[in-house]
Amino acid sequence: MSHDVIILGAGPAGANAALAAAETGLKVALFDQQPEAGGQVWRAPLPGLALPASPEKAGGDALRARLAASSVDLRLGRTVWSVGAHFRLDALGPDGNETVEAPRLIAATGAHERVVPFPGWTLPGVIGLAAATVLLKSHGALPGQRVVVAGCGPLLAAVATGIVKMGGTVVAIVDLAGPGDWLRLLPALATQPRLLARGAGWALKLGGKRVPVHFRHGVRAALGADAVARVRLAPVDAQGAFTAGPEITLEADALTVGHGLVPGNELPRLFRTEQTFDRRRGGFVPVLDAFGRTSLDGLYACGDGAGLRGVLVAEAAGQLAGLACAHDAGALTAAAFAERTKAPAAAAAQARPFSDAMAGMMALRPAQVAAIPPETVVCRCEDVTRAEIEAAYDDGARDLNQMKQFTRCGMGPCQGRFCGDVAGEILAAKVGSREKVGTYTARPPLRPVPLADLMGSFDYGDIPIPRPAPL
Amino acid sequence: MAQETDGRPVVTISVDGAPLEARAGEMLTTALARSGLLRLRQSPRNGAPRGAFCHMGVCQECALHVDGAVRQACLTPVRAGMAVERRGVL
Repeated sequence: MSHDVIILGAGPAGANAALAAAETGLKVALFDQQPEAGGQVWRAPLPGLALPASPEKAGGDALRARLAASSVDLRLGRTVWSVGAHFRLDALGPDGNETVEAPRLIAATGAHERVVPFPGWTLPGVIGLAAATVLLKSHGALPGQRVVVAGCGPLLAAVATGIVKMGGTVVAIVDLAGPGDWLRLLPALATQPRLLARGAGWALKLGGKRVPVHFRHGVRAALGADAVARVRLAPVDAQGAFTAGPEITLEADALTVGHGLVPGNELPRLFRTEQTFDRRRGGFVPVLDAFGRTSLDGLYACGDGAGLRGVLVAEAAGQLAGLACAHDAGALTAAAFAERTKAPAAAAAQARPFSDAMAGMMALRPAQVAAIPPETVVCRCEDVTRAEIEAAYDDGARDLNQMKQFTRCGMGPCQGRFCGDVAGEILAAKVGSREKVGTYTARPPLRPVPLADLMGSFDYGDIPIPRPAPL
Repeated sequence: MAQETDGRPVVTISVDGAPLEARAGEMLTTALARSGLLRLRQSPRNGAPRGAFCHMGVCQECALHVDGAVRQACLTPVRAGMAVERRGVL
């Protein structure tokens, strides 16, 4: 064994788990695909790029400084493509493939974006809302010059403000929710006054720029030949279904759109740990104890990849999982474990009303899925439409894996990450429940990697050929 | 399009054989988008235009060839002299 614990994902959850475990003396390896720690929420600006100060940058810089000063073995810029039993991890890094082994593994792989499909969502120039935050926070780039910001949840205001600050034009904000939906959340939001103040600040800055806000509207279609040129909106009801009412067409060179996040829980799924469907938490999530232990000995999960709870809970859950590892490895006594977990457990509990409210705004709305036109592509990788998914049901497919085998939906290079949740919802409307439909089976490679990169400088001549048997 | 300088050196890369000015260290997606190159590949079945979508290495829509190897443009910083090819279907 090369390490005591391997942690996958260096965002708020994984980095805090690494620090908590390393402080008890454990030998920790921390992997991430990005070149710097911080995850998506605390993403570092690219080297050489001076971006204005922000709370996210400050939070990320503090975390990166603590990691640099710790004993954590940082393995950044690595694409982890295989995790095997008890636990052997293979990752592709700048120097080729590398392998580590440890008896414990913490999955802190974060979330990815959910976009409920509409005609034209595959056009160049249409990107995710979380994607837009990466451009603004890390790449120092605008999604376009004239941008429509659409979808639901707190990222709408954050992205619109970021675009205005960087000198772009927000053509309109299009929110599935109405002002009343946000007002109802105020008591829960007020439990985090600092974040509520920031939200109000966003509203003020946007108000000054007179950005039109279309509440209770959704994107009906993105139009254009080779890239998005126009965005058509229509009113929706409280459930997210389109209603009769005047449509609005806006000229734009970019559309950022997102309908919440989906937990990236492929590691627990790969190890077939117990799962449960939790709509508010973003979909299928691993069943965990209070400290992040999954149903498999030695495997832990924390952060948004284990169910959407946001950054405040992720930090605390990371610390708890790191401490649980230390305790289970014998590096912390039961008494020390009980003492040290008190503060993070309290922090997680305190953050819960706020995170529940935000997660609720971003949960998948079934009526929105029901409104996807039949000829609209659901699986971007393999160009599989809603009608083809439903035809697979008519042909006898009763769960997500059968449907995948009938249609190739989910079989492409994103490995079902972008279609899985919506395709599951489409099938569940016929079959009866998401639990019956299940999830795509997780298999290695966890991410696609070029075979040439794994081969390195080996070629055919390096394959040892045994001597022929004597005749 | 006029480029504001941001302190990073301007370098030349090639895209489908044509020279393109970019800033060292910026994401390849940013350099391509500045020149209006949003279409990075076409979908395998419908041949529909596709471009960067998730910008965080998940969706694979921005996969193209860099110096002969398949790379995600959203994870690839610009280096002087890199040869980028959009070969259609990936």
